[in-house]
Amino acid sequence: MFTNIFSQYDWDQVKAAIYSKTATDVERALTANRRSLDDFAALISPAAAPYLEQMANISHQLTLQRFGNTMQLYIPMYLSNECQNICTYCGFSLHNKIARRTLTAAEILQETAAIKAMGFEHVLLVTGEAQQYVGIDYFKKILPILQPHFSNISMEVQPMEEEDYKALIPLGLHAVLVYQETYHQADYKLHHPKGKKSNFNYRLETPDRLGKAGIHKMGLGVLIGLEDWRTDSFFTALHLDYLQRTYWKTRYSISFPRLRPFSGGLPPKVEMNNRELVQLICAYRLFSQELELSMSTREEEHFRNHLVKLGVTAMSAGSKTNPGGYVVDRQSLEQFEISDERSAGEIATMLQQQGYEAVWKDWDKSFGQ
Amino acid sequence: MQPLVIAGKTFHSRLFTGTGKFSSAALMEAALLESGSELVTVALKRVDMYDQGDDILSHLHHPQFNLLPNTSGVRTAKEAVYAAQLAREALETNWVKLEIHPDPRYLLPDPIETLAAAEELVKLGFVVLPYIHADPVLCKRLEDVGTAAVMPLGAPIGSNKGLKTFDFLEIIIAQSNVPVIVDAGIGAPSHAALAMEMGADAVLVNTAIAVANDPVGMARAFKQAVIAGRQAYESGLATTQLHAQASSPLTAFLDEL
Repeated sequence: MFTNIFSQYDWDQVKAAIYSKTATDVERALTANRRSLDDFAALISPAAAPYLEQMANISHQLTLQRFGNTMQLYIPMYLSNECQNICTYCGFSLHNKIARRTLTAAEILQETAAIKAMGFEHVLLVTGEAQQYVGIDYFKKILPILQPHFSNISMEVQPMEEEDYKALIPLGLHAVLVYQETYHQADYKLHHPKGKKSNFNYRLETPDRLGKAGIHKMGLGVLIGLEDWRTDSFFTALHLDYLQRTYWKTRYSISFPRLRPFSGGLPPKVEMNNRELVQLICAYRLFSQELELSMSTREEEHFRNHLVKLGVTAMSAGSKTNPGGYVVDRQSLEQFEISDERSAGEIATMLQQQGYEAVWKDWDKSFGQ
Repeated sequence: MQPLVIAGKTFHSRLFTGTGKFSSAALMEAALLESGSELVTVALKRVDMYDQGDDILSHLHHPQFNLLPNTSGVRTAKEAVYAAQLAREALETNWVKLEIHPDPRYLLPDPIETLAAAEELVKLGFVVLPYIHADPVLCKRLEDVGTAAVMPLGAPIGSNKGLKTFDFLEIIIAQSNVPVIVDAGIGAPSHAALAMEMGADAVLVNTAIAVANDPVGMARAFKQAVIAGRQAYESGLATTQLHAQASSPLTAFLDEL
């Protein structure tokens, strides 16, 4: 289990090691044939900042070779904003006194029709954590409803047991995203004071449970802004490295959510500027050529346009972050405000103008059955 | 150049091509037409087999293109057999490029699942072209179960590294009774020419064309390289010599006796 590896590392020591990297370390990492975790640490360090253009060039070349002139497109479908956790940064947090709703089967089909009309074949299902509303039984009920309509179904919901994942995969579940939020244990506790999510280790072991269940793809990441992003990203890479060795049949993706304003939220503790986000994206690509890197509509238009050539391989488009947001209940509470409000068609055109083909379908629902 | 026959079908081009990674379906179509390729592989996961208007499939409606559906994405023999059956029904071809790579990082083929799936698919009447390691024994085992060709890799797929498995490809070519198609790793026309000079029956190229600055120009370059390499093979290459042979110090005494 990853917890055995994680326990051998000390946050402060890792942080100090990253901040003491030198230009020589960065240059060694840039010229290496295969890059180690130590090279990754150098590439995310402040010492790598002057090398950003060089990193961007390598990242572009590696991404082009592996993924070609293509960009995967997906869209989230928020199923519920019910939640029994308190998360200091989230609009769905329990203490937020707002109207809650969970989509019914009929409402899910209405949302599905709207999403399909935009051209999507890949949907990301999102919920809060509320056992009586959106527990395993709910997912067992709704996956068979969604499965005939999509080639690829991903989920970003509460961590589950291995047995639960094993039950959902044959129903059409392809990928699960589960972000650790932060690998800083004490800060994790501060931001998640109440609810099942407050159990740091249970969340940390979730990718192991997913791997054992044989999931096709899993997504990792931290919520950038909670803690020092460099140290958190090192731990993410450490986690990724372990998972790739252990669950070698699974594909991995990384996301880079930066804290966004939402109703009743706190400002980020640590700010990450655009240059730093580009540095992080390129560092991941230099570390792993086959890693999928995903960018949501949290980021604004102009920035997203330029990320196309920097290593990102998947983008969401036309997103709503509230349950029923496409047709059923456009005004329900959203999880966070999106920045890039362009339609899926507009994103596809933007990609085309840069010489990239939008890929709507890259999996077949007949696989893995 | 001699035509190539696989499972009773004659090909005048020995350059097989892929359809991934192009910046648009129109550019893919233009490049593939320029390449002269007559066998074009399509990933089932990327196309909607039941949609006549599918963006990729609709750009492949040319009489010279024979479609070769591939099972990329499946992880087991069972999944591969199921996917091949769907493809046969939807795309109306019993040809299949069998790809089983449970490892999503390097996309290296699983020899055990591939052999099992090949045997099953041949029994079901498929023309099976398996993507595999450059493993001479595995190639013979696949030939034994009835595959129509073997497709050993030159280097990890998409790596453009060329014929890293050269020595094993030589053995495979030397002992194969079915066509040998070098698949994966061919990054430059010179790699393709080398494979053909060695006696490979065909090569399959995708990334090197799709990701080139000018895919149409690169398709033409590969077409020419494959023809040149094959003609060199058919014409009989002169053997290479490390040194000029001036005298025969060890055997000259025989003439003096």
